[in-house]
Amino acid sequence: MSAPVAAARPPVTVDDRDRVAPPRPRDLTLPLVALGLGAAVAAALVGLLVGPIRLPVGAVVGALVDRLPGAEVAHGLDAASTTILFEIRWPRVILGLAVGALLSGSGAAYQGVFRNPLADPYLLGVAAGAGLGATLAIVTGTASLAGGFALPAAAFVGAVLAVLATAGLSLRRGRPSGPAALILAGVAVAALLAAVQTYLLQRHADSLRAVYGWLLGRLSTVGWAEVRLVLPVLIVTAVVLVLAAGRIDVLAVGDEEATTLGVRPGPTRAAILAVASLATATAVAVSGLIGFVGLIVPHGVRLIAGTGNRRVVPLSMLFGAAFLTLADVAARTVQAPAELPIGVITAFVGAPAFLLILRSQQGRA
Amino acid sequence: MSAVVVRGLGVTIDGAVVLRDVDLDVAGGTWLGVLGPNGAGKTTLVRALSGTVRHAGTVAIGGDVDRRPAARARRLAVVPQTPVIPPGITAFEYVLLGRTPHQGLRLSASLDDRRRSLGVLQRLELERFASRDLGTLSGGERQRVVLARALVSDAPVLVLDEPTAALDLGHQFGILELLAELQRERGLTIVATLHDLAMAGQFGDRLAVLSEGRLVAEGTPAEVLTPATIGRWWGVDATTTVDADGRVDVTVRRRAADGAGRATTPTSGPEGRRSGSVVARGEGFEPPAA
Repeated sequence: MSAPVAAARPPVTVDDRDRVAPPRPRDLTLPLVALGLGAAVAAALVGLLVGPIRLPVGAVVGALVDRLPGAEVAHGLDAASTTILFEIRWPRVILGLAVGALLSGSGAAYQGVFRNPLADPYLLGVAAGAGLGATLAIVTGTASLAGGFALPAAAFVGAVLAVLATAGLSLRRGRPSGPAALILAGVAVAALLAAVQTYLLQRHADSLRAVYGWLLGRLSTVGWAEVRLVLPVLIVTAVVLVLAAGRIDVLAVGDEEATTLGVRPGPTRAAILAVASLATATAVAVSGLIGFVGLIVPHGVRLIAGTGNRRVVPLSMLFGAAFLTLADVAARTVQAPAELPIGVITAFVGAPAFLLILRSQQGRA
Repeated sequence: MSAVVVRGLGVTIDGAVVLRDVDLDVAGGTWLGVLGPNGAGKTTLVRALSGTVRHAGTVAIGGDVDRRPAARARRLAVVPQTPVIPPGITAFEYVLLGRTPHQGLRLSASLDDRRRSLGVLQRLELERFASRDLGTLSGGERQRVVLARALVSDAPVLVLDEPTAALDLGHQFGILELLAELQRERGLTIVATLHDLAMAGQFGDRLAVLSEGRLVAEGTPAEVLTPATIGRWWGVDATTTVDADGRVDVTVRRRAADGAGRATTPTSGPEGRRSGSVVARGEGFEPPAA
């Protein structure tokens, strides 16, 4: 039988794609991460510089360096400008960076875990739960309690309860079942909560404006309070999602193969979704429902950096931070002194940008 | 020393018994071909060995009965029949997944993992596909990349579910010949379900036959593949010749129009069932009563 065996070696095929492909896989992760960091820093600078009152670039950079421990720089900003910089713009920029990173990072995680490019961080009922929580706070007049923190607290609790309800409904015999059951449960929970919210709004038409203002998303801050709430969640989310990104790649081959590669799909999925949902709930609580960021940023990153989640997750967080910060700059300058809802900006800018990237990629393929 | 020891293996799925009372021993460094008609339980046996289905009885891989995925994955690598190919993944990234059992949670794959993945791709002559989208490769190329993912785990036992399904004759031989080379090179223990009796007769140190969830025969190819057994389990007429190496050439033929009075449905007649309850080990078979 030796003759057919020798002849059976698959013939070597040479085509153009082989020549284009580099012989060794190059790892572009570090350059891309550096690029993402650069984008976030640049966006933050723009966010600090742009506003109704002009602050000179050199003075702003000087003042920032001056704040670093051990550094003393004469920046020449007067007291009023220093207050604007550090008490108004700086916390707002940080919040924009954080919310953008949280929404984009959890969006990337959701899409990876559900193996569905259309999954967004609001998939499991976070948006509907937060919306109902905020609506309840507004229509009952409790939104302004606790120094205004009752509203984000209500939104956060609503979001977390909705995700827990979704998770509970998707259990089969007390064990986590597949992603499809989770998505269906999320759709059902969202529909139910949205119905309750609509009913409440109809009964309290006077609250419509306030509720919609919240739903469309905004990054208005009261000094550093929101930032202090969000930063710990951001740190936990970044650490967990970036470390677990390799596991998301393993889940992409399906539960059975993931098991043969040594990963328990159910608990792994549950842990990643829990962190991503906590991140989303936190972002929503302080910023309302900012749509599209969790969808387009990871997609844009994938088109540039490939599908490996070890690149997609950290890069999504960095570019999401940059994107949302710039969107916030647009939101507060386009109709200054009035502010546009940031969700309008993210969709208005994000959708065409997304289509452009998509089309240019198709042209290349 | 047996690399794979199976005792009293039983699998029930949704109330249906898919495997019952299977005992198997696969010696280290040998190749066991698992045969049987469709629905005999071959894939379920693969799933039980790989720990992805709940089962009764014990499965010991390298003497270890630990069923936890991480422990099992370091001892046994699987090539599934229809692997899930994530969209957009490159061949290199796909092979790198095979290192998962050796990785904790970490920022990126280690240099060692990358080197090993590249090394296996080179060994299987797949290096030039490393940066290619796996979904754009041909069926034969893709199957070798899936095999590369299994090999890179360095597990001593390799389990393959119909590794030649959906390949043309040349590529079927190519992949089985490659497995035989790897078996010699690395001392791999191979358990592979096979459809094609002619291939099974050429490859595989021993063969096992499953029928209706039971192990009905186990032995050398010459013992297991005889005209009588092929007629009994697959319901086809065949002639076999055994060469000096103990390999079996199987030739199947269309049946004469009168059917020669034999049952035409494999293993479903009372005769098949009766025989099915007896495990014959390396003793050859009596021809079925005419």
